[in-house]
Amino acid sequence: MMLFKPVFLWTDMLLWLLLAGVAFYVWRVRLHEHLREPWRRLLRSRSGVASAVVLLAFVAVGVLDSLHFRLPLEKQGNGAETHYSPEVLSVFDLMVGPLRKQVEKTYSAPFASQLYTKETIELPGGKQVRDYPRLKFGGAHLREPAREQAGDVAVTALQGGVYALALCGGLTFMLALWLARRRSISPGAAWTMIRHGRDEIPWRTFLSTVGLLALFVCLATAFSAKYHIFGTDTVGQDVFYLALKSIRTGLMIGTLTTLVMLPFALLLGIMAGYFRGWVDDVIQYTYTTLSSIPGVLLIAAAVLILQVYMDSNQELFDTVAARADIRLLFLCVILGITSWTGLCRLLRGETLKVREMEFIQAATAFGVGHFRIIARHILPNVMHIVLISIVLDFSALVLAEAVLSYVGVGVDPSMQSWGNMINGARLEMAREPMVWWSLLAAFVFMFVLVLSANLFSDRVRDAFDPRVR
Amino acid sequence: MINYIIRRILYAIPILIGVNLLTFALFFVVNTPDNMARIHLGVKHVTPEAIMKWKHERGYDKPLMWNSAAQGAKQASDTIFFEKSVGMFAFDFGRSDEGRDIAHDIKTRMWPSLAIALPVFMVGLAVNITFAMLMAFFRATYIDLSGVVLCVAMMSVSGLFYIIGGQYLVSKLLHLTPISGFDAGSNALKFIILPVVIGVIGGIGSGARWYRTIFLEETSRDYVRTARAKGLSELSVLFGHVLKNAMIPILTGAVVVIPLLFMGSLISESFFGIPGLGSYTIDAINAQDFAVVRAMVFLGSVLYIVGLILTDISYTLVDPRIRLE
Repeated sequence: MMLFKPVFLWTDMLLWLLLAGVAFYVWRVRLHEHLREPWRRLLRSRSGVASAVVLLAFVAVGVLDSLHFRLPLEKQGNGAETHYSPEVLSVFDLMVGPLRKQVEKTYSAPFASQLYTKETIELPGGKQVRDYPRLKFGGAHLREPAREQAGDVAVTALQGGVYALALCGGLTFMLALWLARRRSISPGAAWTMIRHGRDEIPWRTFLSTVGLLALFVCLATAFSAKYHIFGTDTVGQDVFYLALKSIRTGLMIGTLTTLVMLPFALLLGIMAGYFRGWVDDVIQYTYTTLSSIPGVLLIAAAVLILQVYMDSNQELFDTVAARADIRLLFLCVILGITSWTGLCRLLRGETLKVREMEFIQAATAFGVGHFRIIARHILPNVMHIVLISIVLDFSALVLAEAVLSYVGVGVDPSMQSWGNMINGARLEMAREPMVWWSLLAAFVFMFVLVLSANLFSDRVRDAFDPRVR
Repeated sequence: MINYIIRRILYAIPILIGVNLLTFALFFVVNTPDNMARIHLGVKHVTPEAIMKWKHERGYDKPLMWNSAAQGAKQASDTIFFEKSVGMFAFDFGRSDEGRDIAHDIKTRMWPSLAIALPVFMVGLAVNITFAMLMAFFRATYIDLSGVVLCVAMMSVSGLFYIIGGQYLVSKLLHLTPISGFDAGSNALKFIILPVVIGVIGGIGSGARWYRTIFLEETSRDYVRTARAKGLSELSVLFGHVLKNAMIPILTGAVVVIPLLFMGSLISESFFGIPGLGSYTIDAINAQDFAVVRAMVFLGSVLYIVGLILTDISYTLVDPRIRLE
């Protein structure tokens, strides 16, 4: 019997493919000085380092959340074949176990120990009262929440703070040791260098960003064992857990869309610029036609069609997760089809310029074939455009997901995403007192991710765009 | 110039045919009329007769491209393609799946859309350019830096939150304007003002930053150095020279969206309950009314192409060196 049954979702596999691609790119960059130079420039800027750290934290959550499996159900009788639960879990789900399992009855406010709505409670004597019932998990360890909670929160915060401080201290120590080895100086000298910001990489910014992240993680861990930090939603699920799970959805939309459209944009853009003539005419016609349809409408139309297809072929998907996953993948494909035109146009323009350069003429004169010229001489010279447009598009795509889910043509309603969180919370705006915590959680997470993506893309553009230099 | 415009319009025809074929393929070939009928009538427990009836009522029971059963010209015209797609070139959008006249709906609903989108566009343009000029005037100071930081922060907030926050603050807490709704005539003002203000604020982040980049690019040119060297004040350099020369990139981004203002905004119209074309489209998407979505896709492409032609014409108005031949 196996401990678990791995589940390979399409988007997971594509994400791993993407990571493999990134690893290959990193390996190439390490070998070539001219490729390393722009990244060095990026790491010398403070906002570049800080945003990279935050983005990496998001990516780590997203990657951990992309290792899926199904756990076996309790065995019934001897020798029977093992059945696996229909619920698809990820490594991340296991790591945040209590968050996933501590489900209340319905809405409850952040740090509350009572439900949001009144219910009839039966007292031990048999009498019934209408009151806010205690939560099953949030603040369940307190006997009199009204009196004890403030003290308990303070103690827990202090605990979290101490952990964070220890974590940061250890990290700084390790950084100093590593830097000392690398620059071959004494650890003490390395520490002074970090403290006074004398190294070319702004380590102080790095450490303070990591410190803030560590503080957040430690506080969240300490509190989420006892409370619901961002409250619970209509079916009692922890909103903090939903927001964390939404990270994967956001990252997938932001990265897979580019992965899907990149081959088209690269191939067609370079072909149009390189071969010119009728090839250019056909490709230009194609992207002008596609780009003249307003983006949202084309996406809406395509997703509608997809919905119809999936409704009429329901037997193709064995779990809810697989169904939601296919929809996410197709959403990425559709977004990719509507967004490749911009990059394609840029690549065509750049190829037109590059193909007139002397080294291309020399290659042609030597009788090098078209394919080799494109692969060896043109492609490396237009890659900076690709990189810049990938990071520029990322934040727009994350924001687009929320809007599309609101319109009803986004990800599957069963999939955790910030758009679905906002959409669900919107219906409760009119309630008194307002249910605001889902909105707050979605806002905070989206804002941090998009802000760091925006800052990072600015630095990438500064570092890679030859015109900016 | 007239020749040029005629040529551009002729050039638009193959593109519109492409759009038309694409939407036709998407709505009738990938997704057959049978599927549509099943979605509308409920996926399970639907009889073939009910599907046939649904299709017949909407004219979806004809052959797709070629009717071999008919005679003469009818072979090409008595088909779904001819009746549902070719008619769009004459702006004959037919009836929605619910049976309403789409052209009539568009005519009545575009005015509320325009009432919101036009002020958002005009005020937004003015506000963004003003902020960008301020940042360019104080460039490389803390005012400029904090302006850029503010812009990046504002860009990073999803448009949904501007609307939700604005509705909560202005309508629910302060009771200054109604939360949503629309009215004809001068009564419309109190419904329009909040969506317009939110639309403008939501656009400042990316807009002001974009124009600032344009202005800074212009200020590094030689003519600016000359203007400064002859003793002009910084203000008159900015307004008299930089703004004038930055008109081309500004127009490139701005003019193309003017025709699309008729289509309204999907999100803000549905949040504020404005009976415009944006909420019309959203309703159609949610009700899976394919005929309406198809019509809106085609209309959107036509308006976009009109915008491109207008952009070219506007170039000649601000830059006498540009002649359209």
